[in-house]
Amino acid sequence: MELSFLIGGEAGMGVMVSGRTLSRAFVRGGYHVFATNEYPSLIRGGHNFYLARVSDRRVWSQVWRVDLLIALDRLTVERHKCRLHEGSATILDSGYADVSVRGIKVIVPMTEMVEEAGAPRVLRNAAALGAAVALVGYDLDLLAAVMRDTLRGRLVEENVKVARAGYEYVVSNYDVESFGVKLKVASRGREALFLSGNDAVALGAIRAGMKVFAAYPMTPASPILHLLAELQRDFDIVVLQPESELAAINIVIGAWFAGARAMTATSGGGFALMSEALGQAGMMEVPVVIVLAQRQGPSTGLPTYTSQADLRFALHASQGEFPRAVIAPGDVEEAFYLTVEAFNIAERYQMPVIVLTDKYLAESHSSVEPFDLSRARVVRGELIAGTYEGPEYRRYAITDTGVSPMAIPGTKNALVKLNSSEHDEYGFTCEDPQVVTAMNDKRFRKLELLAKEVDREGVGVKTYGEGGVAVVVWGSTKGPVLEGLAELAEEGVEAKCVQVVFLSPFPARSLRAALEGSERVVVVESNRTGQLAGLMAEVAGVRPDHVIVKYDGRPFYPEEVRERLAGVIARGHA
Amino acid sequence: MVTLEDLATKAKFRWCPGCGNFAILTAFKQALVELQVEPEKVVVIAGIGCHGRIVDYINVNTIHTIHGRVLPIATGVKLANKDLVVVGFAGDGDAYAIGLGHLPHAARRNLDIKYIVHDNMVFALTTGQAAPTTPKGMKTRSTPYGTVEEPINPVAFALMCGCSFVARGFSGDVAHLKELFKRALTHRGFAFIDVLQPCVTFYNTYGYFRRRVYKLEEAGHDPTDIKLALERALEWGDRIPIGVFYSVERPTLEEQLPQLRGPPLAHRDISDIDVSRAYPRFR
Repeated sequence: MELSFLIGGEAGMGVMVSGRTLSRAFVRGGYHVFATNEYPSLIRGGHNFYLARVSDRRVWSQVWRVDLLIALDRLTVERHKCRLHEGSATILDSGYADVSVRGIKVIVPMTEMVEEAGAPRVLRNAAALGAAVALVGYDLDLLAAVMRDTLRGRLVEENVKVARAGYEYVVSNYDVESFGVKLKVASRGREALFLSGNDAVALGAIRAGMKVFAAYPMTPASPILHLLAELQRDFDIVVLQPESELAAINIVIGAWFAGARAMTATSGGGFALMSEALGQAGMMEVPVVIVLAQRQGPSTGLPTYTSQADLRFALHASQGEFPRAVIAPGDVEEAFYLTVEAFNIAERYQMPVIVLTDKYLAESHSSVEPFDLSRARVVRGELIAGTYEGPEYRRYAITDTGVSPMAIPGTKNALVKLNSSEHDEYGFTCEDPQVVTAMNDKRFRKLELLAKEVDREGVGVKTYGEGGVAVVVWGSTKGPVLEGLAELAEEGVEAKCVQVVFLSPFPARSLRAALEGSERVVVVESNRTGQLAGLMAEVAGVRPDHVIVKYDGRPFYPEEVRERLAGVIARGHA
Repeated sequence: MVTLEDLATKAKFRWCPGCGNFAILTAFKQALVELQVEPEKVVVIAGIGCHGRIVDYINVNTIHTIHGRVLPIATGVKLANKDLVVVGFAGDGDAYAIGLGHLPHAARRNLDIKYIVHDNMVFALTTGQAAPTTPKGMKTRSTPYGTVEEPINPVAFALMCGCSFVARGFSGDVAHLKELFKRALTHRGFAFIDVLQPCVTFYNTYGYFRRRVYKLEEAGHDPTDIKLALERALEWGDRIPIGVFYSVERPTLEEQLPQLRGPPLAHRDISDIDVSRAYPRFR
């Protein structure tokens, strides 16, 4: 059984909170949920919506079609009625009940209900949630329990009361059996978590032992700052909101030099400001973890909409040449495990690591089982602390691996000299041509070593399914593509999905292996110029047959992936 | 026992003979010796400009960072390990042009870090362009018709930023400079020192300042009064005050964060953090 529901209304009507509340009630009852949202960059007015897919199997993305539309205003119906089908239902307030929709219209006097309950108008959404629970035959007590646990004192009992009124109104005035989707509570007290990509990144950073987090607010990365700020005293982390992204990344560099794992998080504009310090970390060989949550650019662009157009920026930002790792998680679980991995790689290889997400992954929520912490271990780099014993300490000692043991300041007998200018093994400024060449080679040996670790199926590249058509993705596009391929399979088209997880070092060998023998290679990504497609040709020598791109700030939908893939397959070779 | 020899490095000096930077380096090393600060406990951060080479000439932990970012780097170091003595050195281009935006915020935080500005009133390493403290009308390579912008007043600015310790030194008086550094190092909180540092090649001000400077300590100045401090800060003409303008005790950032109690963050055990303690909020 499956339900796709959409809640829409103006900013300030509580669209996101009600969406999450209803989703959590389903998660607690044993269902899998994937939920995404769209909202413009403003605090009041406009149009916000929350779109969720509830299923008894694991779901990887939202779908376009909507079974249950919960409209908190007229505009929501106008905007989204194109998603409805004959079996759909629409819950709306009496004030705009004249609209015409496909399927059943369930008119709930939400405004009267809140007035009767003496509650503020914003609680109309609770009446709508109660009505939705009634319509799908679900358990109102579970919804009430979620409200009590999560609304944290914000008119909790009024919410519950209004929800009950909405529920009872629908049960008494409508034949709920006329709506075909029914969800039953399968298991109470389930352990599953309902997490966004940002939540998972923050939890991964905590697990990885991060002790300093510095970030300047920027959508869509700010929720990481908010969550860590709330948790900082529980996990002994310093969370600082400094004057700019310039300050944020330099604070991270200073902290990690002094021995504390540290991270910053931003979006494209903030990352632009961090570029000079990114190169500094590369040159000084200081570990750094940067979360780059992409949004649609260029410039201010669409601040609250998704994009995958910063891939090349992440790979090439900052002057000169230096090694960096760029990792793109494709779902909430990967966001957790790969963030832990980002910290380990940063410290073991003493280089900047960019965790590349986007608004769609960062802010969409998924139900996931609690993480397997045995798969998320802290692996420290070659650190020296306490007392150093050996010949005079050289921070940049030339080694076979390129990695120089890293003393922490305060270590007896080891003074640490970091230098953003080219330097000798001790860290003294040096312009000697042989030393300059040796230091460049040393730094790049680290990337070669990391490439050996990463260029493997299951690490740098992950393949899902089998088939003559290979669809290559990176980051959050994985979800809609996996769902789209499942729909295609029902039509008899066998295709596999190949996810590129590491963009640097690029897993060229394993990507070629994954694509070997494919009749057709198609890349799907959310940018205009096909950045991954170009990178594949450049670094792996694989030229895709087709590139399916989207650059309107919206995520892919499975239905769209199915249609566009069917189109290019039918067209034949490019 | 820490000696001046312990603080010397094998690097060859590459400052002009007579450069005001020598006085700052000497005074700072003397201050460390007199206070007996262990070299491994000290982290010096320097920016870009002639002053930046100070990291090569002093045998402590050092970071030669990029232009203008001395303060945020220092902030990160101190947060990670509050037991370290963290001292930032910056040029006037570093501190008052490209990196000025960091100063008010470092002052607001009042972390226990020190910020020493080599203020030679000119861009020297880039061969003599105007700086934010260049006097109005001065001809430089980038202002052949004379500067048209008013210079900033670093001491008054620092006072208005809310720095808990504000001082001005002069490279022509090493003994006085050393005392200022000692007072800054023993101040609990953020300490700012602007050092009048003549550039013998592009703007030699030794004679100019020698004729004008006087010591606040000898003038009976009360450094706990912000209004008096401002009054002195605005004095810039025939007489130029040096010394401590302002020094008060205020809670430091590190004292106000409960998560910093106990050992430094850098020394905490991170091997198996139980992140599941955060799970209930996600159900």
